[in-house]
Amino acid sequence: MSTTTTTDPRSRGKASGGEKLADWADGRLGIYSLAKANMRKIFPDHWSFMLGEVCMYSFLIIILTGVYLTLFFHPSMNEVEYHGSYVPLQGQLMSEAYRSTLNISFDVRGGLLIRQIHHWAALVFLAGMFVHMMRVFFTGAFRKPREVNWLFGFLLLVLGMFTGFTGYSLPDDLLSGTGIRFMEGAILSVPIVGTYISFFLFGGEFPGHDFVARFYSIHILLLPGIMLGLMVAHLILVFYHKHTQFAGPGKTNNNVVGMPLLPVYMAKAGGFFFLVFGVIAAISAIATINPIWAMGPYRPDQVSTGAQPDWYMGFSEGLIRVMPGWEINLWGHTLVLGVFVPLVIFPLVLAAIAVYPFIEAWVTGDKREHHILDRPRNAPTRTAFGVAWMTVYFVLLIGGGNDLWATHFHLSINAITWFVRIAFFVGPVIAFIVTKRICLGLQRRDKEKVLHGRESGIIKRLPHGEFIEVHEPLSQEALYTLTAHEQYRPAELGATVDENGVERKATGGQKLRAKLSKAYFGEESQIPKPTVEEYKEITSGHGHH
Amino acid sequence: MKKLSARRRHPLAALVVLLLALACTGGLYAAFAPASKAQADETAQSLTIEEGKKLYSVGCASCHGTDGQGTSDGPSLVGVGAAAVDFQVGTGRMPAQQPGAQIPRKKVVYSQAEIDQLAAYIASLGAGPAVPTEEKYGDEGADIAKGGELFRTNCAQCHNFTGKGGALTHGKFAPSLEGVDPKHIYEAMQTGPQNMPSFPDTTLSEQNKKDIIAYLNAVNGDETESPGGLELGGLGPVSEGLFAWIFGLGALIAVAVWVAARTAKAKKS
Repeated sequence: MSTTTTTDPRSRGKASGGEKLADWADGRLGIYSLAKANMRKIFPDHWSFMLGEVCMYSFLIIILTGVYLTLFFHPSMNEVEYHGSYVPLQGQLMSEAYRSTLNISFDVRGGLLIRQIHHWAALVFLAGMFVHMMRVFFTGAFRKPREVNWLFGFLLLVLGMFTGFTGYSLPDDLLSGTGIRFMEGAILSVPIVGTYISFFLFGGEFPGHDFVARFYSIHILLLPGIMLGLMVAHLILVFYHKHTQFAGPGKTNNNVVGMPLLPVYMAKAGGFFFLVFGVIAAISAIATINPIWAMGPYRPDQVSTGAQPDWYMGFSEGLIRVMPGWEINLWGHTLVLGVFVPLVIFPLVLAAIAVYPFIEAWVTGDKREHHILDRPRNAPTRTAFGVAWMTVYFVLLIGGGNDLWATHFHLSINAITWFVRIAFFVGPVIAFIVTKRICLGLQRRDKEKVLHGRESGIIKRLPHGEFIEVHEPLSQEALYTLTAHEQYRPAELGATVDENGVERKATGGQKLRAKLSKAYFGEESQIPKPTVEEYKEITSGHGHH
Repeated sequence: MKKLSARRRHPLAALVVLLLALACTGGLYAAFAPASKAQADETAQSLTIEEGKKLYSVGCASCHGTDGQGTSDGPSLVGVGAAAVDFQVGTGRMPAQQPGAQIPRKKVVYSQAEIDQLAAYIASLGAGPAVPTEEKYGDEGADIAKGGELFRTNCAQCHNFTGKGGALTHGKFAPSLEGVDPKHIYEAMQTGPQNMPSFPDTTLSEQNKKDIIAYLNAVNGDETESPGGLELGGLGPVSEGLFAWIFGLGALIAVAVWVAARTAKAKKS
């Protein structure tokens, strides 16, 4: 074999070890064509494009630390007596799950730090997904061809919420038990099937002896497995669609301007992983999260004030807390509206943001692909809707923490509850109107800047005594960036009579669409961007006005 | 003798006889009554009550009435006992600064001696719980774990898992138990100040109270360690969520901005 290579005239000498390895792998895995196609993949540079990376890395951190925790956690509800190193719980009866969590916290080497990294990373993961989703939403990155990826991302958020919730429930401390009791109450409020589902889930009367083991397999296997698959699909689609970019000179709908995956993004992303891990580890070393030893073991007859879920479930807590305790009693059955209505609104709040892209696509009727991102101001209705949705979300978060708002701001909890009840309906409307006005104001300012230039701060006195401020014209690049967005025209219903004189009736859907389209793109909803003629007319020597 | 019998019908004779009789019995009592010390105590006690009444008239009577009978502005203090006074005045809640949903803890106005005088006066109005002695709320002989269980059963629903406090309706609240004198915690359990229910010895025995206080000292005392780092107020997931958003995601976004700003650029030359 060596003789053949040395006699080959094209040979450039003996192959290096790395080359041999690559050749070996290529012959079996076909990585050459894979790498060739993807190594020079271009990614654009913007900090907000790294929010998804924050999520991916914190998810990896959660998996890594989670594996460590499974080595010591006993998902069992057998009653045991505690004799570990935490004095204030000596001799207390508790479940094995709780005892093993105490042991992880106090007796396993590095256990507490790993537990805290796991939990902090979970909070950051969910917060990261939320912000990432908002980034995608406000820049219109969900438009064709990325609708499916938007749904994947949304599913990841929802699954992340429930994975987090099941994890929060595992230690079987008083706080998590209260959370499960809350969930059980919500399930029980479902008419007819509620009781059956509850008994099925808990293997009998609450709390039973099963839920920790069941939640454990859901938490470590089922949900994260689905999430991992979705995340891979999410990333494959990002690769397949290529990344979006903001408008700018040289950036078109058909290219991506940025840096190649190898070596630039590999280095950046790899380094960023360690930065994310470092920040989360630092936080975990500095601040306590979920000090289960202070909560005590779960007992259904005990409860504490300040029992809240982790932040991502806070809005459901808010829904329950502010809902009036209505109930209907009929034929010996009780319909607990005070719990059931929040249970129905909970998925609706989430669904509202998930289906928005499809509503927008229907209103615009736009079937083209979009790879250039919108600036939020240039899509005022979408931006206003997003802010309104976040207002609802935040108002509900206030409701979920109403007791802490009351004690820390010296307010009446009843007043806060009433505020939330009213703000739940009024807040988004106000936020919608205000945001839309701000967007339109910003559009006007852009137009002003394009046509009249940037205010320079230099005051000039003209010979006849008039003072004017000198405006500096913008650069070509800036002019392009500010005018690159396209503006839709409101859809028309079209003629009500066709060419043969037959009356054509518009369907309800068409009418609604025309109405919505007018609301989206009518005169009230967007400032026409400056045209070339306008620009030429103003800059052709008539001075600055 | 004639002289005496001649005046036996004098109008003042009866008075003289009465005085003599009184002097006689008084003298006999003085001669035979044993404890001269007790007598001194009595005087001291009545003096304390006297002083307490004076303080009461100045600082408390405007709301609680001249004799502690209560008015529309303040409840009756008959039968609340010395423990209630020691708690309310000793934690600065009384005298109240202003009416409101709840009278908060503030700087103590009276010295301990004055508080004792006030307490003695109020205790003299009607029987009530006395100020506990130190062995009742000391850590000795207390079962911390049992105290924790009792605390979670009876106290945590308002005061939070480790006594960080919580909200009640209409601006009322269960205060934080951090830095509260164990004596005052004992008195609060016994007397049930303001919105708190009282836990008399029939509900929570003396030993139970002792256990609870020992638990609080262990988990919320001056020397309590927080094994996980900063406690973030010990308020649970709300403060943790806030911290995760501001310092977790905030720091990561700052890092992302930093990384994105440092890109490989072709050198211009």
